[in-house]
Amino acid sequence: MTQIALSSMSLVTTKPMLPSWAEIMNIQAEAPGIATYSLRFVDHLVRKNYAFRPGQFNMLYLPGYGEAAISISSDPENRETLDHTIRSTGNVTQNIARLKVGDQIGIRGPFGTSWPVEQFMGADLIIATGGVGAPSLRPVIYHVMRHRQDYGRVVLLYGARTPKDLQYTNEYESWEKAGIETMITVDRADESWTGHVGVVSILFYRLRMDPKKSVIMTCGPEIMIRYVVFEALARRVPSSHIFVSLERNMKCGLGQCGHCQIGPYFVCKDGPIFSYEALEPYYSVEEL
Amino acid sequence: MSDLIPEVGSTFALPKLELDGLLSNLRKFGYQPIGPRVEDNVITYAPLSSLDDLPRGYTSEQDAGRYRLIYTGHPRYFDVTPGAQSWKQFLFPPRSLIFSARRDDGKWKIQEETKALPSYAFIGVRPCELAALLIQDRVFLREEWSDSIYRLSRQSAFILSMNCLHPCGTCFCASMGTGPKAETGFDLSLTELDDMFMITIGSEAGRLALGGLNLQPASAFLLQAVSKGLEDARKRMGRNIPDTEALPELLLGNLEHPQWDDVARRCLSCTNCTQVCPTCFCWDASDQLSISGNSSQRTRVWDSCFNPDYSYIAGGNTRPNTRARYRQWLTHKMASWKHQFDVLGCVGCGRCITWCPAGIDLTAEIAALREEKVTS
Repeated sequence: MTQIALSSMSLVTTKPMLPSWAEIMNIQAEAPGIATYSLRFVDHLVRKNYAFRPGQFNMLYLPGYGEAAISISSDPENRETLDHTIRSTGNVTQNIARLKVGDQIGIRGPFGTSWPVEQFMGADLIIATGGVGAPSLRPVIYHVMRHRQDYGRVVLLYGARTPKDLQYTNEYESWEKAGIETMITVDRADESWTGHVGVVSILFYRLRMDPKKSVIMTCGPEIMIRYVVFEALARRVPSSHIFVSLERNMKCGLGQCGHCQIGPYFVCKDGPIFSYEALEPYYSVEEL
Repeated sequence: MSDLIPEVGSTFALPKLELDGLLSNLRKFGYQPIGPRVEDNVITYAPLSSLDDLPRGYTSEQDAGRYRLIYTGHPRYFDVTPGAQSWKQFLFPPRSLIFSARRDDGKWKIQEETKALPSYAFIGVRPCELAALLIQDRVFLREEWSDSIYRLSRQSAFILSMNCLHPCGTCFCASMGTGPKAETGFDLSLTELDDMFMITIGSEAGRLALGGLNLQPASAFLLQAVSKGLEDARKRMGRNIPDTEALPELLLGNLEHPQWDDVARRCLSCTNCTQVCPTCFCWDASDQLSISGNSSQRTRVWDSCFNPDYSYIAGGNTRPNTRARYRQWLTHKMASWKHQFDVLGCVGCGRCITWCPAGIDLTAEIAALREEKVTS
């Protein structure tokens, strides 16, 4: 008789769910509760093969605490180390905040779609971000600095609650120097502040832009995204030229665990970056 | 032994007691037969040692929020429709280890979970349940990535499907196009008459499993009894959803319909519907840390879009109430699933209706969404 049962000896593998270890090489305090961690994969083969595109994210793992989905905030062309700028807020991130240089974090990734920097060469880029949305767009800034001639105007609209909450403060000068118009605003000023006051979306009123040539990229608190999109649409930027990055609960990064769904999309694989044209029918419905 | 030459695609009659020989053939080939058994007054799926384990003579009465197993003493082994369990539990286990992590000298190391899986023979898979397996194939076996536990147990599984002649009160497979007859995806497909099984061979494995059995020709009389039985079954579905083609547009076009508020007042958000659903695939992952703090196990467990934590993020909960959660469940199952996997996520098995403690019936919810809104 032929043996027809195949696999009583086959072995399960859970590889896509296994993190690789990375060592913390540096910790840069950015703002109260926010720090940038420079990480380097321990395994040199992992280091060699790892590459990400601007806007993608990793699942960061701490044994006993679990995973958190966090945007990669470094230069995509730096293949030695990668940065995560993390706000200490949940179970995992609060415990990441206790780590020191030399400690290790598990990483799975990179996951998700990226900002359309290649699709829109020649266009004016308007980057609108606030809070811990900025880390997702910092790789775009690095990309623009390396390939400035590929784009028209590049404008950064960036906001934080107070001047103390601003991240990457020592980098603004180099961004300006590289030809990125950097407009910064705070919700509440202090006595030292001489810049703009107000939410990010009001910076659109200070901006003269060519809606036909412009591409909007926005990431930040959901309320900020909604107003940025509103201002962009009001200026007749087509919804196919507005890109948003969404945050949702995620457990896998593979479009499998179901948590991150919005309408037909799995945010972890169909997003996190969507054109507003694709997202609008679902994003406009509350609590979807 | 008869002179009949069984071939893939051909149909035969098989005397009832020959099923025992089929089970031992499968066991000889290395399969572990799993089938319906009566346990705690409900049908469960568990290992079968012989025909005597099967729920012969039982039937079930099912309605919204109601399940009763009834013994009537009829001569059929597979007359009872499924209980809360589905075959999903074998391919996508409710709890499975992803990896273990160990700390030595201050450094964590990860130990991948590797283990051998048994080859299952699923005995008595209903056409709706077979359709559910084919739907979960699309979820777990993707081109770019496939779930290893699912893939290995699915590839090695032997499927003996059982057509339905006696649907129950919450059945609507005819509406969903998944039953009462299995069309594809089986190794053997059976229909149970009072004194015979009619058996169709679906694969080479199915053909081999019939070795040495007393196959008899499928007489015109028996074939007619089967087709008449299936035709009657089609007419006796307890529930019905008309025009399923129109569901994606109906649901996604009515995301603010007052019916969502109405159902939210009845829904307990208990997750029963998602746990009994044979296609629901959501899972959560969590870590269990040892008391020493030096080892941790990361496990995958079934989750549900009705759990409050399901959509929790640092900034708040994206679905903060039962209205949003029920709407997610139904629109996913009956609409956005189609966009994601090119089929609807419902097979019409009726479990979510039967096992809802509040008796919520998705076929009634859909009918209510279809009603013309009265504007005053």
